[in-house]
Amino acid sequence: MGLRRTLDRLEPHFLKGGKWHGWYPLYEAIDTILYRPASVTKTTAHVRDGIDLKRIMITVWLCTFPAMFYGMYNIGFQANTIMAEMGLTAVEGWRGAVLGGMAGYDPDRIWDCLWHGAAYFVPIYAVVFVVGSFWEVLFAIKRGHEVNEGFFVTSVLFALICPPDLPLWQAALGISFGVVIGKEVFGGTGKNFLNPALAGRAFLFFAYPADLSGDAVWTVVDGYTGATALAVAAQEGLPTLQSQLTWLDAFFGNMHGSIGETSTLAILLGGVVLLVTGIASWRIVFGVMAGMVVTSLLLNLIGSETNPMFAMPWYWHLVLGGFAFGMIFMATDPVSAAMTEVGKLWFGALIGFMVVVIRVLNPAFPEGMMLSILFANLFAPLIDHAVMRANIKRRLARG
Amino acid sequence: MEYYLSLFVRSVFVENMALAFFLGMCTFLAISKKIGAAVGLGIAVIVVQVITVPINNLLYTYVLADGALAWAGLPDVDLSFLGLLTYIGVIAAIVQILEMFLDRYVPVLYNALGVFLPLITVNCAILGGSLFMVERHYNFAESVVYGAGSGVGWALAITALAGIREKMKYSDVPEGLRGLGITFIIVGLMSLGFMSFGGIDL
Repeated sequence: MGLRRTLDRLEPHFLKGGKWHGWYPLYEAIDTILYRPASVTKTTAHVRDGIDLKRIMITVWLCTFPAMFYGMYNIGFQANTIMAEMGLTAVEGWRGAVLGGMAGYDPDRIWDCLWHGAAYFVPIYAVVFVVGSFWEVLFAIKRGHEVNEGFFVTSVLFALICPPDLPLWQAALGISFGVVIGKEVFGGTGKNFLNPALAGRAFLFFAYPADLSGDAVWTVVDGYTGATALAVAAQEGLPTLQSQLTWLDAFFGNMHGSIGETSTLAILLGGVVLLVTGIASWRIVFGVMAGMVVTSLLLNLIGSETNPMFAMPWYWHLVLGGFAFGMIFMATDPVSAAMTEVGKLWFGALIGFMVVVIRVLNPAFPEGMMLSILFANLFAPLIDHAVMRANIKRRLARG
Repeated sequence: MEYYLSLFVRSVFVENMALAFFLGMCTFLAISKKIGAAVGLGIAVIVVQVITVPINNLLYTYVLADGALAWAGLPDVDLSFLGLLTYIGVIAAIVQILEMFLDRYVPVLYNALGVFLPLITVNCAILGGSLFMVERHYNFAESVVYGAGSGVGWALAITALAGIREKMKYSDVPEGLRGLGITFIIVGLMSLGFMSFGGIDL
């Protein structure tokens, strides 16, 4: 309990009149991360619930772990496979020096792949985390609100939707935009209307389209190019894609892509926990799924001679690109999604509809999950408004 | 039919007047605090757009364009330099007539639209609609569809903005940004969301 005593001893310095008064949010953040706050509700009527903001955020953070670790393994596995094909035996630079001491480059060894992937993911995550918490703490201190664990979620989600070969300065720029413009200018956690991680990613997407459009694969080996699964499906049709990649491969995540998005299985593992604990709304997930299935079935029926994407069945839409990741982790963000119960279904359905429309009908973007969630975020308040109006009308009619 | 449908969808989403071209910003920013008012203004814009774009199209085709006066025996006359003046005059006149007409015959709608009708005389989305129509050489049917589509797109954008701004009541914006400043940021972020349509070629 030495730590508790140290914190207690330091506390007076951070309270009003103390010499580090301005830094109170930082003290409070560290204190509440380590210990349960002692403050309790003092008025008579209140809801008692074991789950608070902090526990929600930490749970979401833990739920990304399957996708995160599989993502690291997969980066390494893809890179090592390509290196074996190209006859490379080691990577250059500091990563080579670090990896050389710990692991080899054998694609069949899980350990080697995990380390190779970690050498790319960990720097991105570290930069995102440090830069993002800098902004978070800066705003908290200047504006006098609390730093909370929401940032753990934003930073890990942002890092997981980045390509593995993203330059670190772009990662820093993206998370800065997401945290400052996407969230802090509105007053911090719970007050924004766009998902901050996606806003940052979309900013990068449009600012550096050459690197981030999602046409060509993101892989960490220099000098290797190829088309992403969705780009192949869009240009050459599903049969060509199926000859390169089986559905189960795509489901387990044995393909190129952003760090966390490749394995639908790993994402669903975390998703089950989120849904069972009620942290992610099942209505939104169901809505996204239903919207996607209905729209893709409809397009399958319509068919097209020139556009092979029309024929893509819904179970392929599910496993390719960022669909699963967006559905589980991004669409269910409780702040930027619709708030009413009926509205959540509509909100989800709008995302599912838009993602298929963008993938199939928009030749400019092979992937549409990020943009369709942002689009649905814009209309979430309107959906809520309509649902509330309908409720008021129904109750008035009831007398 | 399919062609007109895609023209409509394109003018609503891909070439959204407010969020892709940033036209009609003054009213877009000013009358978007309440959803009810935004819907009223949106409907007014749709109505005016549907009437003025086709009328300006007729004027352009039969009076202003180069050689358009051939039916009057004047094939060498080019009045297109009068375009801007004519369109804005037509818009102002039509808004005025519409207002008087509604006041006399449909007082419910007149009261609902209230001050918005005269306001949109100077809405640049309306003038922009007519100018785009000329620039893209739409025929009469196309101009009707385009007028409706661009009006609906603008109405959709302002309603979504009003929804977001109503939700923003609970936000805690830094003092220097309150009011218009944060609204500009919201509109920027909204157009990021509307970028999902950019590049669709219908």
